[in-house]
Amino acid sequence: MLQYIIKRLLLLPFLLFIFSIIAFILIQAPPGDFVTSYIAELASSGSAVDQAQIDALRAQYGLDQPMYIQYFKWMGRILTGDLGMSLDWKKPIRELISERLLLTVMLGLFTFIFTWIVAIPIGILSATRQYSFFDYFFTVFNYVGVATPTFMTALVLMWLAFKYFGVSVTGLFSPEYVDAPWSWGRVVDLLKHIWLPAVILGMDGTARLARVMRANLLDELKKPYMEMARAKGMSEWRLVLKYPVRLAINPLVSTIGWYLPMIFSGSVIVATVMNLPTIGPMLLRSLITQDMFLAGSIILIYMALAVIGTLISDILLAWLDPRIRMEES
Amino acid sequence: MSAGQDTHPLPPAPGEEQAEVAGALARLAKDAEAVYVAPNWKLVWWRFKRHRLALVSGVVLIFIAIIALFPEFFSTQDPNQSSTTGSFIPVQRLHLFDNGRFSPFVYGVEGGRNPKTLRMEWTIDETKKIPVRFFAEGYEYKLLGLIPANRHLIGLADPQFGGRIHLLGTDRLGRDQWSRLMYGTRVSLSIGLVAVFLSIFLGILLGGISGYFGGMVDLVIQRLIEILQSLPPIPIWMALTAALPRDWSVERVYFAITIILSLIGWTTLGREVRGRFLALREEDFVVAANLIGCSQARVIFRHMVPTFTSHIIAASTLAIPVMIINETFLSFLGLGLRPPAISWGVLLQEAQNLQSIVLAPWLLLPGLAVIITVLALNILGDGLRDAADPYS
Repeated sequence: MLQYIIKRLLLLPFLLFIFSIIAFILIQAPPGDFVTSYIAELASSGSAVDQAQIDALRAQYGLDQPMYIQYFKWMGRILTGDLGMSLDWKKPIRELISERLLLTVMLGLFTFIFTWIVAIPIGILSATRQYSFFDYFFTVFNYVGVATPTFMTALVLMWLAFKYFGVSVTGLFSPEYVDAPWSWGRVVDLLKHIWLPAVILGMDGTARLARVMRANLLDELKKPYMEMARAKGMSEWRLVLKYPVRLAINPLVSTIGWYLPMIFSGSVIVATVMNLPTIGPMLLRSLITQDMFLAGSIILIYMALAVIGTLISDILLAWLDPRIRMEES
Repeated sequence: MSAGQDTHPLPPAPGEEQAEVAGALARLAKDAEAVYVAPNWKLVWWRFKRHRLALVSGVVLIFIAIIALFPEFFSTQDPNQSSTTGSFIPVQRLHLFDNGRFSPFVYGVEGGRNPKTLRMEWTIDETKKIPVRFFAEGYEYKLLGLIPANRHLIGLADPQFGGRIHLLGTDRLGRDQWSRLMYGTRVSLSIGLVAVFLSIFLGILLGGISGYFGGMVDLVIQRLIEILQSLPPIPIWMALTAALPRDWSVERVYFAITIILSLIGWTTLGREVRGRFLALREEDFVVAANLIGCSQARVIFRHMVPTFTSHIIAASTLAIPVMIINETFLSFLGLGLRPPAISWGVLLQEAQNLQSIVLAPWLLLPGLAVIITVLALNILGDGLRDAADPYS
């Protein structure tokens, strides 16, 4: 087991290295470098542009040097914890995103927990009552859940909340807590707000997971050991929960590998629509204003979150399923 | 295989009954034979037909495809025609019967600028009926870009009479949403199709190479797929589309977006194709084809590919809705297609914040088009996937 985890962990820096190259290429892709857009911005606001200052900026970020040197400079700074400055916000990037990152991760985890708590019972009930009204109802619900873009769900719910309750369900905090330092009251306030975006974000995933759970469980329910346990007089509910459900959850764990990254990736859109203080809306803004170091840092963070999600699922799966860890070692 | 089980011993029946039984048996045998000699596609079709919901979805999609082919005919006015005094007109419902007689009409709208908010405000005026007719004459267009025409599905019965007709209301700039939705169908649907075709091409090429040759090539392609699949797709797409130069023409942006979407999209299909190739490589009929000296291309295209075409079709059908939703996301965020291009995502961009939805809830209606199309494609895809393997 330990060996397996170490093996996975060793792969991590390698993957992140490749991802950082991709992120670097992405932020270099727009025509012109960010100093060009910075100058354009300064010129449009009417301030004088000092050539010496421009050269100093270019030299500072190594923009006058070849690509690979620029990459290593960027990487070197990131490894020492310096993400650089945001030209748009005129603040160090680290300061800008640290709280937003925390909220992003929290939103992701809440969504994840919500999905599992809802999807597994739905899957179990649909499978044990196959072709019942309940089963059909959730089949329809699942199809619609997958087919509705998350921003549509968010927009419709926001509209309904405004129309019938007169409340505006945007953001993650009440106005008095937006800029307040962390306190017990702020945490409670966050909990009051975070569930709605979590439910919206988790709708699609709940539908998918419930379908996976239903299919897995249906496969298990057909197996002879069920017959055997029934013949021995085991009560139906105890039987279902004790054996087939546990077996059916195993393949569900492997969905964490794609589901956690999907939540983080998908949260960009919900967060933009609902105006949540996460890194998603900031990514959108930085891409539009060509604030490329900020965009690059955020993309790197999303990549790291995706890799960590996969890692967690690999480790959990190995822990749950002895076949996997035996095979690997 | 419902027709193959007729081996039960029959009780002896006298006279006419016996003849009847013999006839039924002959029919059964004929049915069974039809099953045995039916080509693959026929078996798939028989099985697919049993999935009622998938059939219905197929019909819905045919309708949507017809709209995508002839959006000009279905629209009521030029989708880019704006009117400063006609913004935010609410939905005018189409009434087919007037006092029990077939005479389609819409109620007129009454409104003007609110002097305080300077916003256009409208009310439906039920005293004023605007007669409309089907196959009415309207603005001139070219059907499929070739045939000049001016007939539209719905239009004002008498243009001299005046009045407006906005079946789904108008947007901020007073453009008719119904007409824009019709045009958007063409772009959104075709972007899904083109992106999936590109994905199929890449998926079959790379997946096929990977599965057929194996070894080092396989290893490299598999790692590539793994890396691409562990990338967070939405941020990557956002960064790539944001990098498209602002001065590109609508067509160039359109194709760039299909390429960007298929860059990650091909991996799922690639995996599927590789898996099939790996499994088939060891099959008797492939070994036999190799032994009698078929060329490699013939083995692949004549013997291997036909056995999994149905799977590829099913998997591609399921990939189209993903592409459509992703295009909608990107355009909605303002990173995908840009006006004057019209797609469902571009239309929904008008409904981006709470204020505009509270003011004009009908701006959300294009979202229904997305949901219906994606739903139909998913159900059809599931039906095809279940039918894809008729021997199971």
